[in-house]
Amino acid sequence: MTYLAKPKFRHPSLEKNERGFTRRDYEGSISTLCAGCGHDSISAAIIQACFELNIEPHRIAKMSGIGCSSKTPDYFLGQSHGFNSVHGRMPSVLTGANLANKNLIYLGVSGDGDSASIGLGQFVHCVRRGVNMTYITENNGVYGLTKGQFSATADRGSKSKAGGTNTDSPIDLVSMALLAGATFVGRSFSGDKPQLVPLIKAALSHSGPAFIDVISPCVAFNNHAGSTKSFDFVRDHNDAVNRLDFFEGREEIVTDYKPGTVQDVEQHDGSIIRLHKIADSYDPTNKVAAMNYLATHHEKGEVVTGLLYLDPNPKDMHQLLRTIDVPLNRLGVKDLCPGSKALETINDEYR
Amino acid sequence: MPKPIEATNDFVVKFANTNGSGSASANELFARAILRMGVPIAVRNIFPSNIQGLPTWYEVRVSGEGWIGRRGGVDLMVAMNGQTWDKDVKEIESGGYLFYDSTKPMTASKFRSDINVVNMPLTEMANSRYDIPRDRQLLKNMIYIGAIGELLDMDHEEMVKLVGEQYAGKDRLIKPNVEALGLGRDYVREHLKGKCGLSVKRSDKVGDKIFIAGNDAAALGAVYGGATVAAWYPITPSTSVAEAFAAHCKRLRVDPETKKSLYAIIQSEDELSAIGSVIGAAWNGARAFTATSGPGISLMQEFLGLAYSAEIPAVIFDIQRGGPSTGMPTRTQQSDLTLCAYSSHGDTKHVMIFPADPHEAFEFGALSFDLADRLQTPIFVMLDLDIGMNDWLVKPFKWDDTRQYDRGKVVTYEELEAGKEFWRYMDVDGDAICYRTIPGVHPTKGAYFTRGSSRNKFAKYSEEGSDYVENMTRLLRKFETAKKYVPGPVIGQAKQPTRYGAIYFGSTSAAMDEAMDALEKQGIHLDTLRIRAFPFADSIIDFINAHDQVFVIEQNRDAQMRALLVNEGAIDPARFISILHYDGTPITARFITKEISERLKAFGKPARTKVAS
Repeated sequence: MTYLAKPKFRHPSLEKNERGFTRRDYEGSISTLCAGCGHDSISAAIIQACFELNIEPHRIAKMSGIGCSSKTPDYFLGQSHGFNSVHGRMPSVLTGANLANKNLIYLGVSGDGDSASIGLGQFVHCVRRGVNMTYITENNGVYGLTKGQFSATADRGSKSKAGGTNTDSPIDLVSMALLAGATFVGRSFSGDKPQLVPLIKAALSHSGPAFIDVISPCVAFNNHAGSTKSFDFVRDHNDAVNRLDFFEGREEIVTDYKPGTVQDVEQHDGSIIRLHKIADSYDPTNKVAAMNYLATHHEKGEVVTGLLYLDPNPKDMHQLLRTIDVPLNRLGVKDLCPGSKALETINDEYR
Repeated sequence: MPKPIEATNDFVVKFANTNGSGSASANELFARAILRMGVPIAVRNIFPSNIQGLPTWYEVRVSGEGWIGRRGGVDLMVAMNGQTWDKDVKEIESGGYLFYDSTKPMTASKFRSDINVVNMPLTEMANSRYDIPRDRQLLKNMIYIGAIGELLDMDHEEMVKLVGEQYAGKDRLIKPNVEALGLGRDYVREHLKGKCGLSVKRSDKVGDKIFIAGNDAAALGAVYGGATVAAWYPITPSTSVAEAFAAHCKRLRVDPETKKSLYAIIQSEDELSAIGSVIGAAWNGARAFTATSGPGISLMQEFLGLAYSAEIPAVIFDIQRGGPSTGMPTRTQQSDLTLCAYSSHGDTKHVMIFPADPHEAFEFGALSFDLADRLQTPIFVMLDLDIGMNDWLVKPFKWDDTRQYDRGKVVTYEELEAGKEFWRYMDVDGDAICYRTIPGVHPTKGAYFTRGSSRNKFAKYSEEGSDYVENMTRLLRKFETAKKYVPGPVIGQAKQPTRYGAIYFGSTSAAMDEAMDALEKQGIHLDTLRIRAFPFADSIIDFINAHDQVFVIEQNRDAQMRALLVNEGAIDPARFISILHYDGTPITARFITKEISERLKAFGKPARTKVAS
């Protein structure tokens, strides 16, 4: 971490987005993570994505659990309300927050310990409930804050910094998310900003449970030879199925890509995800094919990245519950209290 | 042979059945028919943690005087379950009555010489009249209800009317049920006339009272209190709170035009998730609750500490059952007091409120949401299985239409826009309650970071000892402030000055009122105090200090309320005498009366020598 305070001064010529915000308006406190931590790159990607999407910072609620990854919401979107909750239980808090106000954008940030170990149950149930959110795991396969124990996403046979070998089978959060019913599933690498930023933008614009697993090497405890979550290992074994661009709304698409290598997918809100397909056979709207592709490449020791699955017309929790259009937290006594006359009738029914 | 018991509007009938046999609705119909005759009743359902085939009992206390607690003892046992025969027969008061199905002969050794036997060949009657096995079982229940009604001189027409109401819309079921009732009545008229000295006589003592279970009432309270989010996990005996909330909302909280819901209910994957969602929703400005029982509270501990520390409103209905562990899931206790009062690790204190009956379950149910918002902390509404799952005859609910919700200290967009200073954990007003904002309130002001870790008053992460201590002492002061908002105690003064006091709370209240009346008739006078909330009002401590000895009557093994009083009031434990009842059945007036009078006898002193109150 750095000990230098961020200067308050902003250069007058800083680029502004359509809403008049500069990138600085999307920043948070100074990170206290280790220098070179992959998580800081993800925070930077989130800042960039929100800036480019012209989101008003206060319309985002950032939620997290406990761990290095869960500390990061303090380091971006300082103008947003944040909630650093309980280890492994962010999904339930996010679900409740979403129930209270369907109009905010919910960004859940978690880690592999938080989501695959202690919080696996909540992660899966939150996804299967169809909560409209962007759920990012900053996945380094290791417990950083307690200094280097394996997490549940560590591959069998991978080595810890202290020299131990992991004997347990890994949990693949991407596969879990697919099985649980996530309608947007992607994987990326903290060191691959060109892939990560559009992926986050597309997820934030998706109106259903969107999940992104971001491999994020731990420079302190999981970046050595023998680790399968190190910078070198991921760069060597990355199999990107696509590169994407993200377009907001229904704006005209200017393209110079050849048909056949490009696939446009329109989301429910009209936003368009343009996929530059690297693996020609890959169809991100086919869930079964996606699972098959993932499993095949996992067998080969490859980390598949890109937009892996997308349901362009998802149903979110509020649609399923048929809640009123006004956020529930806006309703007052007039809307909610049936009053004394109704109570008289009710009394009568119990006589 | 003692004289057969003769009683009008003052006796106990107990039905012994097996669950899943359809007896519950028949027994309830019997109870309601008595109510329709204007005679107060108190019912207790004693059931197993099981769906079919295990013993279940339904106790109907007929009380012209309107006592709604459990009395103890049985005057008429309707013994329909061979499995529990011996136990059931044993429970009958001397001179009481045993009603049984004599289709199969019983050996003489299975009876008692000091009770009166009334029998009829129920199974034989049902089998000869009905062909379908299911009909035989269900209508047999109606036959015995018709018979018991006649034995007790009840108005047969009230039962017939109730059958009509119960099966409205399924009219083809009315005729056979009414006929079965008649079969039972006619058999008694022909063969058993004058065999029973118990009778129900029409009265006007029910008045405008309503007959409702506490869980249903609490759920209605949540609707009136403005709850919009409920997250819950099924657990006996709390499940019916969530189910009743859903039923009330479906009727009262759906937009007539769009048919969309002004509420959201999720059945969570476990209790941790349930309380997590409640906290998330309340953090985001909705009124939210969960309903659970002891095992659920155990699971929620970490989150409850977060809500206490980060100061997030939450309402938890705890329908207490017998613990520890799985304990007695379908039996009642008041044994979660310590668990709730000091939930979670570290130093915590939580607000609890104690409804005495379904009427207060409604009132406190609604009030709890104001308290949670005002105090920005979890509020435990401490019910138990006895209040929660039994129908109680209570005063009707009331609502003042001028009442507004107290949303507590929330800084609005307008206030922020006007330049109001906002620091999340700064005690501006000196009452230790700070201001909060609802997420998304303003584009550039009012955002803060919520966390369970220690922080300073600006909501910034801090490991400074002084910041931590300042915050923890403020939370303690906030608990003091809570005393101003929670329901105060109900104090009852004895007819004569006395050195003795009695403290009680929750579902014990019904039996307590009756016990005090009985003790007074024996010349024993005690001042009483019903605790309605924790933290304890100063008047509770004053009451204890004004008496030499104070009985604390509670339904747990470890005298948990007494421990809280000793601890929080810094009172000498020797001042208290515990009366404890914890076998899982609701405490009775007879038990309390006997315990108190015996303890006082053991002191060897009269109960009134020195004037202290």
